[in-house]
Amino acid sequence: MLTYILRKILLGIPVLLGVTVVVFAIASAMPGDAVMAMITAEAPSSEELIAMRRGQLGLDQPIWVQYSTWLWQVLQGNLGRSFITGRPVADMIFERVPYTLELMGVALLVSFALGTALGVVSALRQYHTTDYVLTVAGFAGVAIPDFFLGMLLVYVFSLELRWLPSSGMGTAGDAFSLVDNLRHLVLPAAALALFRTAIFMRYARSSMLEVLTQDYMRTARAKGLSRITIVLRHGLRNALIPLVTVFGLTTPTLFGGSVVVETIFQWPGIGLLFINAVIDRDSPVIMGYVLITALIVMISNILTDLAYGALDPRVSYD
Amino acid sequence: MTDASTTFIVDEERQRTLWGDAARRFLRHRLAVAGFIVLSILVLACVFAPWVGQFDPNGIDLRLRNQPPSFAHWLGTDGTGRDIFARMLHGGRISLSVGIVAVTISASIGVVLGSIAGYFGGRVDLFIMALVDMVLTFPRLVIIIAFVAVVGPSILNTMLVIGLLSWPAVARLARGEILALRNQEFVQAARALGTSNRVIIIEHILPNIMGPIIVAITLDIATVILLEASLSFLGLGAQPPTASWGNMLRDARTLSILEGLPWLWIPPGVAIALAVLGINAVGDGLRDALDPRHVTDGGSE
Repeated sequence: MLTYILRKILLGIPVLLGVTVVVFAIASAMPGDAVMAMITAEAPSSEELIAMRRGQLGLDQPIWVQYSTWLWQVLQGNLGRSFITGRPVADMIFERVPYTLELMGVALLVSFALGTALGVVSALRQYHTTDYVLTVAGFAGVAIPDFFLGMLLVYVFSLELRWLPSSGMGTAGDAFSLVDNLRHLVLPAAALALFRTAIFMRYARSSMLEVLTQDYMRTARAKGLSRITIVLRHGLRNALIPLVTVFGLTTPTLFGGSVVVETIFQWPGIGLLFINAVIDRDSPVIMGYVLITALIVMISNILTDLAYGALDPRVSYD
Repeated sequence: MTDASTTFIVDEERQRTLWGDAARRFLRHRLAVAGFIVLSILVLACVFAPWVGQFDPNGIDLRLRNQPPSFAHWLGTDGTGRDIFARMLHGGRISLSVGIVAVTISASIGVVLGSIAGYFGGRVDLFIMALVDMVLTFPRLVIIIAFVAVVGPSILNTMLVIGLLSWPAVARLARGEILALRNQEFVQAARALGTSNRVIIIEHILPNIMGPIIVAITLDIATVILLEASLSFLGLGAQPPTASWGNMLRDARTLSILEGLPWLWIPPGVAIALAVLGINAVGDGLRDALDPRHVTDGGSE
């Protein structure tokens, strides 16, 4: 088990290095650099001053020297400073991480719980009307874009019914309150959750259908156990195992989705930070965000693998 | 009665071909057939947009601003009097062509790299698979946005960036399928006859793995349409005044338009959903038709 983890991590290192090369290449290909960003802020801009500034920041060095300097700093947790605000990128990102985690976490939990429940119902009622309705609903769920759903939700629940706020994460001017925060969370979380609910439902359905044909299910029935015990204790617990991989599949799409959803609802997370950085061409922030999301995806892939092994005793690592 | 029984016999006697079987399996999939019909109507309407749409999608008419749907303008007009129905159909051309072009690029790269990795194995395989892992480590929409930030937003760039970053799934699939075939007798026979590796891959192996690859490509067109729509919605895809489904929704983000002029944003949103729904349903039907080994129960991925 330990060797398996170690091997995973070792295999991950070249991939991660490749990731940093790509991120660095993106940033160096972006027009403008730290000096040009400063020049627009500070007034005088003679050629010598620009050259001097470039020298101070090492921007006149060969590209691979710049890369290794940058990588060394990243390894020490220094992601550089924003061209726009001048603040350290790491600080800007980490102060917003909790908001994105709140949004993604709630969306993921809701979609897991709801999707699994619907998938199990669908499997138990296979080829009945319920099953067909849920299957078609699942197809629709993966077809509706996050942002269109977000706009529909705002239209219905904020503008027509006036039940929930349409943007931000708290009422402006009010002191923070949990209830207020959660009211702001409902719509963006729902917009982010629908697609994933449909995915969880599909996988839960086929996983449950497979479990239902197993011998131990027949044994459980033969023992005279109640239907609920059979479905929940013997069926669901086994059907849940393959769903672990869905968590792994979903993580990367959650980042893309949160960029879109945070934009619509002006939810102040890292997705909104990223899209604003793209509009401002603030490459240190872009680099920081891309790097951190890639790192999180990588960690979640390894965790998914390990969780799968821990839950399913038939899987062995050697 | 006799007529019916003779038809039955004729049907049985008719030659059963590979494609005939596939078509029969596809037609049995009701959702897929429904999806195919919806998709065909949508595609035809978009292809013949100048005739079906009647109006110039960029034709401004300031006397007819923000008109609700009417007989003249089926889906109403926007803030500068442009016809929404025409814009939606022309926008569909953008979305569909981005889907097709980007997937053609990604499928070509994916099949070539996947075949090489699977057939030759060894270091080439390790290297290509590390590349696959690397690209998959980036959340797809995020890395696409970052690339677009570098090359600038345009329809061509959208196609290229999405195409160049979407091949790993196909590569993985092609590799896996080829791994299963590369030591089969027919491949060994071809090798023993001195056939070159290129010919073995292209003429002997690829035809045998086309089924699952066609299914994957079809489903990926739907994903790419969603990606393009997201990009345009964020202002990083098709640029105004060119209409695309995503940027029509972008133009309608203000609360006053959302509330007061729903005909500006509901039609393009519904169009995206229908296109994606149709393609996914067709893809699901194709899986039943072309990939009989894959046990479907109607909804697994």
